[in-house]
Amino acid sequence: MFNPFSSKPVHDPIHKISPIDEVKKTTCYMCACRCGIRAHLRDGELVYIDGNPEHPLNQGVICAKGSSGIMKQKSPARITQPLLRKKGSDRGAGEFEVIDWETAFGILTERLAKIRATDPKKFALFTGRDQMQALTGLFARQFGTPNYAAHGGFCSVNMAAGMIYTIGGSFWEFGGPDLDHAKLFIMIGTAEDHHSNPMKIALSKFKRAGGRFISINPVRTGYSAIADEWIPIKPGTDGALFMALMHQLIANQQYDAPFLERYTNSGQLVCLDPGPEEGLFLFDPNFDPLNPNLPHNKYVWDLQTNSAQPCYQENVRPALTGEFTMGLGPHAGKRVAPAFELLRRQVKDCTPEWASAITGISAKRICKLADEIGHAAFQQEFSLPIPWTDTWGKTHDSVVGRPVAFHAMRGLSAHSNGFQTVRGLAVLMSLLGTIDRPGGFRHKAPFPRQPNVKPPSCNSDIKPNTPLGKPPLGWPTQPEDLSLNEDGAPLRIDKAFSWEHPLAIHGLMHNVITNAVKGDPYSIDTLMIFMANMSWNSTMNTTEVRTLLNTKGDDGEFKIPFLVVCDAFQSEMVNFADLVLPDTTYLERHDVMSMLDRPISEFDGPVDSVRIPVLPPTGNCKPFQEVIVELASRLKFPAFTTADGQRKFSGYTDFIVNYQTDLVDGIGFLAGWRGKNGEKSLRGEPNPNQWDEYAKNNCVFHYQMPIEHQYMRNWNHSYLKFAKENALRKDNDPIMINIYSDILQKFRLAAKGSRPGRTPPAHLKERILRYFDPLPFWYAPLEEEVTNLNEFPLNAITQRPMAMYHSWDSQNAWLRQIHSHNYLFINTKTAQEHQIEDGAWMWVESQWGKVKCMARHSEAVDPGTVWTWNAIGKAESAWSLDPNANESKKGFLLNHLISEELPFGEFRVSNSDPITGQAGWYDVRVKILSADDQTTSSETWPQFKAYTVPGMIALKQES
Amino acid sequence: MKNKQLALVIDLNVCVGCHACVTSCKEWNTQGSAGPLTDLHAYGENPTGTFFNRVQTYETGSFPNTQTIHFPKSCLHCEEPPCVPVCPTGASYKRAEDGIVLVDYDKCIGCKYCSWACPYGARELDEERQVMTKCTLCVDRIYSETLPEAERKPACVMACPTSARIFGDVHDPESEASKTIANRGGYALMPEWETIPANHYLPRSITETIAAVKEEN
Repeated sequence: MFNPFSSKPVHDPIHKISPIDEVKKTTCYMCACRCGIRAHLRDGELVYIDGNPEHPLNQGVICAKGSSGIMKQKSPARITQPLLRKKGSDRGAGEFEVIDWETAFGILTERLAKIRATDPKKFALFTGRDQMQALTGLFARQFGTPNYAAHGGFCSVNMAAGMIYTIGGSFWEFGGPDLDHAKLFIMIGTAEDHHSNPMKIALSKFKRAGGRFISINPVRTGYSAIADEWIPIKPGTDGALFMALMHQLIANQQYDAPFLERYTNSGQLVCLDPGPEEGLFLFDPNFDPLNPNLPHNKYVWDLQTNSAQPCYQENVRPALTGEFTMGLGPHAGKRVAPAFELLRRQVKDCTPEWASAITGISAKRICKLADEIGHAAFQQEFSLPIPWTDTWGKTHDSVVGRPVAFHAMRGLSAHSNGFQTVRGLAVLMSLLGTIDRPGGFRHKAPFPRQPNVKPPSCNSDIKPNTPLGKPPLGWPTQPEDLSLNEDGAPLRIDKAFSWEHPLAIHGLMHNVITNAVKGDPYSIDTLMIFMANMSWNSTMNTTEVRTLLNTKGDDGEFKIPFLVVCDAFQSEMVNFADLVLPDTTYLERHDVMSMLDRPISEFDGPVDSVRIPVLPPTGNCKPFQEVIVELASRLKFPAFTTADGQRKFSGYTDFIVNYQTDLVDGIGFLAGWRGKNGEKSLRGEPNPNQWDEYAKNNCVFHYQMPIEHQYMRNWNHSYLKFAKENALRKDNDPIMINIYSDILQKFRLAAKGSRPGRTPPAHLKERILRYFDPLPFWYAPLEEEVTNLNEFPLNAITQRPMAMYHSWDSQNAWLRQIHSHNYLFINTKTAQEHQIEDGAWMWVESQWGKVKCMARHSEAVDPGTVWTWNAIGKAESAWSLDPNANESKKGFLLNHLISEELPFGEFRVSNSDPITGQAGWYDVRVKILSADDQTTSSETWPQFKAYTVPGMIALKQES
Repeated sequence: MKNKQLALVIDLNVCVGCHACVTSCKEWNTQGSAGPLTDLHAYGENPTGTFFNRVQTYETGSFPNTQTIHFPKSCLHCEEPPCVPVCPTGASYKRAEDGIVLVDYDKCIGCKYCSWACPYGARELDEERQVMTKCTLCVDRIYSETLPEAERKPACVMACPTSARIFGDVHDPESEASKTIANRGGYALMPEWETIPANHYLPRSITETIAAVKEEN
């Protein structure tokens, strides 16, 4: 009985409500980290998500986004029905009618079959998510179109390309810092999203073990808050810092000479004589190239015999410096120098004083940083007693450790000088001898890898009703690998692998819409976009792109005749579609994080994982992978059709189990529990019970390699054998580190006209000559050459907050209580100089556009830089938010300030890196001013509208 | 022998402000005994709602010597909680067996007096339910008979990716919590209020430049 004077509680804080009766394990997808999670259900309703303690990637932890997965599942922004735009309505007006899946498939199959039978490249498939490329890439290849890529071209392709062309691996999914053994950790240009929980776990352990953490970034947020030292730097200048650090280390003899001699091309001899061999390695015709694509039969200069010798010989002392003349033999009389000598000359003038003027970091601090790095690498050297044999047959009884590690991400890549900047970092890490060594940088399977696949290189590679002989995306190593038709025009709609963007290994998704509408290089028929918000913050010049999508030709037809958008949520892009295909959320489907794609491997071995449905699909949603398999089957792609013309796979899960690649037997999408009884790992016959095995094992397969395979993998004999046998690599030759890149030099020679073979168009010759330097160098971003820097003195950049992820995704009722709108962060002094008060309305303007927003003073930002959170600002009513939601009224994008093209003489070029096409997001220069109408301003500018579409879940009643 | 006093120790040296503790707490408690936790204007203007734990980020110093500090704050389960004696209904109480301070929702009338008394701002009124809410130290998790033993800890502690939250009995000198406070100089927040908060914070520490470089400069 309730006793009003009792002090005993009435409400029982531990009372047992109906218990959580089911726990299902799967993989998170609130961001691209892909942690293992447990979904807790009560009477079939999802009530709680936490980290799976048994998962190797996150070991039980979970971030703010992962913990909020329930509110994504329940988001009223979900689209649940296939939709067709009403005839006669504008794109972007959001007028749709609901159709059924059979109608949707019918429309698509008919249209795509026609394209495939006539001109396959008129179908373009671009996906926002890189981690599903194994299947979407297969679809594009089987269709026969080269027009395929994911989003890397506007995200971080420079990070991937700059490092993979140098050391055969990169950060995040490809590799990372070994913080278990490092003593000094330097994090550069990194926000939180790449990568997330594993970095947090490692960083905490590292700090507690007494490691020293330095963050180099224009802004001090997120991880940088717990750095022992923050070094502010001007955006886009990190390359100059790396050049100066290399200058110091070389001047102070603080580089790992034995490592460079043995494991890199530092000692290999480069021809100095003008002509077709200038700047290229000389090749010894008496020795086996081993790999015709990246031949090994080069020379070194033996200091003992004072003569050129084939490289890789055991009893040779290769020179790293000096200039020599080749003796008797096929190259008699040619002047040569070791590659390292050329690097030494390249950094000779890159003094700390020179770099200080560019970066804003004092020369003294740069010298001190070089000393710290050198000290950590050489005075704190250690070794692990792990025996291994190198690719040349020599046994080593230990692995050397140099405990200085790095991590870097978009702050380096999202600039038009990103590739050479990232190459600079990779070369610096190699000078220190930290590649695939304890305490330094370690690869993650399937890396290390070197360029081997090539994209289509001529028209005749594209044929109606025929799969491509080469994959749509690849790794050019010479001009002949570029994707060009006979008259030298680009083969791809995004102009990737053309003279304008030769090494565009991730494509240029951000160019597709503009190019298609302009018909340059040609027009297409159907554009299919998956999980990407091209009419919002995944595009530069958002306003223009939205207009372009709705542009019609003289014949009254849209310039891009048919637009298909696949998404789970009503993003701004959905409004512009002709056909909308509703995807499921990550909790409602099967998925695969495959070794054929970008998996979640650990340093110690391959790891792949799956998603298994926790809940049934909502409404009429269908997993996009099912849609892909269905279309591929209806279109009768060879890989999806039996010899007698029947459908091969009943659906996605069947495809995953039973599909095997052409190249090697026994390799499929999932590496775990292969073989008839699940007894084989990495390679084996399909196992019909494979999905059950993953379900029983935390949805993850972790193959721990023996310790002898875990280090020095670029040159580790038994690892190289293992990697080839298990199709992690096609070849097993050693992956030499490219201090000097003769690949880039070939393009330079083509521009010079001194090389037989393909040459660039006249207007691009100077550009290629300038930027395709075989050695890293720093140059001011391209944007600065066409900007009045006095009028626009400030840099403007963005980053993602930890508690929010992406614009192609969804709003989240909980996360938006943390971030509902964004401010422009300005250094207090800078703001005061412009009479802009904290919280006041203001204008930020570039030469391309302007934005009205609110200001926030900060001491944690370099005075020459302004920044904001990305992906918070939204169009009005996007994601089913209230028209007055803060995201649209107070939130904003910086994208409106950025142009996707830059004037280039009488031409225009993409606002991107001239080597890879990476979008130069962080190059833009701005000015700021206080807004006049402080009291009447109540919203940001520009404003956009989005529309609710049929089939969206009804909004919760507002309380 | 002192009574048990459960508490959290928060390591500011490794907190990166990721908000995992914020939403994992909301997520656990909204479905549990302490919930539901209101979301107001969930999809509208000025969304707001009930959280038991919040992280604020501060800047100190001036450029270039700025420090950025991520600061999680939830009820500190004071040993002398000022929120308890001011409560007119007796809804605010401190458990004798483990020192956890709780709100009895069935007695609470939402008068907010406790939130005036708390110097830490740890008390919030849940707008929809009109009762005061706060961190429960996940009392329903720590005494659960169905959760595996290793998981009978607050949701925020399980979630935190940098292991910045340590849970334990601060009256037991052998507990990890107590040892960490002793070894790392853990401190109480605003001790001048004499609330004797059970939650402690571990300070920042800077790993200086290595010795060799120090000498040269």
